[in-house]
Amino acid sequence: MNPETEPVVEVTDLVRKFGSRTVINGISLKVLRGETLVIMGGSGCGKSTLLRHIIGVMKPTAGSIKIFDDEITTMNDRRLDDVRRRFGMLFQSGALLASLTVGENVALPLWQHTDMSAEEIQETVAQKLQAVGLNGFENLKPAEISGGMRKRVGLARALALDPELLFSDEPTSGLDPIMTAVVDKLTLKLTHGAGMTAVVVTHDMTSAFRIATRMIMLGRGIVIAQGSPDEIRTSPDPEVQQFINGEPDGPMPLNLSQDDHEHHPHVKARPLVSARHRFRHKLP
Amino acid sequence: MVFIGVRAAPMVALTAFSVGVTLAMQAAHSLKQLGAEIYVPDLVMITLLREMGPVLIAVIVIGRSGSAVAAELGTMKVSEEIEALEVMAINPISYLIVPRFLAMLVMLPALTILGNYIGVLGGWAVCRFALDFNTAGYVLRALESADTWDLYSGMIKSAVFAWIIITIACNAGLHVEGGAEGVGQATTSSVVQGLLAMLVTNAILTAVFFFA
Ligand SMILES: Nc1ncnc2c1ncn2[C@@H]1O[C@H](COP(=O)(O)OP(=O)(O)OP(=O)(O)O)[C@@H](O)[C@H]1O
Ligand SMILES: [Mg+2]
Repeated sequence: MNPETEPVVEVTDLVRKFGSRTVINGISLKVLRGETLVIMGGSGCGKSTLLRHIIGVMKPTAGSIKIFDDEITTMNDRRLDDVRRRFGMLFQSGALLASLTVGENVALPLWQHTDMSAEEIQETVAQKLQAVGLNGFENLKPAEISGGMRKRVGLARALALDPELLFSDEPTSGLDPIMTAVVDKLTLKLTHGAGMTAVVVTHDMTSAFRIATRMIMLGRGIVIAQGSPDEIRTSPDPEVQQFINGEPDGPMPLNLSQDDHEHHPHVKARPLVSARHRFRHKLP
Repeated sequence: MVFIGVRAAPMVALTAFSVGVTLAMQAAHSLKQLGAEIYVPDLVMITLLREMGPVLIAVIVIGRSGSAVAAELGTMKVSEEIEALEVMAINPISYLIVPRFLAMLVMLPALTILGNYIGVLGGWAVCRFALDFNTAGYVLRALESADTWDLYSGMIKSAVFAWIIITIACNAGLHVEGGAEGVGQATTSSVVQGLLAMLVTNAILTAVFFFA
């Protein structure tokens, strides 16, 4: 098979229910080697949940997930660890270990999975932190740095082992525009320059169009649109247009987690929206 | 290890001393009526080694360290730290749980030995200053009354308690759901369940060791 079109991640008919709520309702997607796939969708539509399934920390209700052509949903822990050593993950919250310093957090995968010497590790850590603009912060604890900085440390840690595949959950949320550009440039350097494959969840449209080679949009637990950045930009789908242009009114319902109303029948549908509309007329 | 063991030592010492003193006073009061004050050291020694030592120290450690372990692991769970470890192919069990198990298994028996000594010291204080014992008499009497099995049974208990306490605490911490509130609940339940399990086990072990 041509390595360029070899799928690195392949999700087929993924379904996940939490109790009676279906958060993911049949998602299929493929990520090809070298691609940067951007996943978009309203807050709470299940983007992080989808990533959690792909990295194997949650098990699906139904469906199949293959990484590097290996089915991970039925894999035992040892084999899953072998797969996990080959990819990096940046959590939405950063998920740094609070008891370790910034430097130790980045060093952790190196300690565990390489036989580098202490000096080599220190050097690698400094270099990874430098890449996210955080050199000199090695000795602070995660509680002592800002949210945006924690995010970047998380990214440095995800990249510590030079993974061939990177999952990033909102890498640029909480970053200023300049830092966002720095992180995007780093992603581009790794994907276009070094051939890494990336799956990036983001709400930041500037950043999304800057890094994506392909985009998919989630909503109601399914994929509602996908295509190249140009196809998405010019998509006739009003939901897509509403989202990428950030318009408050449109076809996309405010409450994106589907079934909420069905399962909370005592909650009247969207009273706040109508209240807001009523209120808006009274504004000067 | 330092937290479970060393920093708990002053509290253990104070508790054990008070208990030793109390035991001696109560024993003196009851035994006086029988004219058997000579047996006060026996009673202090045996009660401490077999029951009060292991149980009381376990109570302290449940309150201090069991709850702390549950809260710490629970916080790590809700802040995705445990998932992050898994994704880095680092087994959270060997990275987080094993060291805590070992620390508890070493430290609880160690603290119990310390507590036993200090409790006996408390008993001595009462006998020496309030009753007609001299130091040598107390020590002789105490050593004569207890055999090594009294000590070992207490140590076995304390090792079993350590295992129960840390299992319950880790379990409570790793199963936290739902944010800070969940962490609070896990911490409370680690203490409540830990105490109950420890006391019930103590009753069972006493039955097995001394009644069977
Ligand atoms: N462990 C869980 N138990 C129950 N429901 C959950 C759980 N995890 C996620 N959900 C639900 O799944 C839905 C999707 O959550 P998710 O975190 O994946 O959203 P998201 O798309 O990443 O949102 P955001 O953009 O705000 O990060 C939410 O409605 C949430 O309530
Ligand atoms: Mg999310």
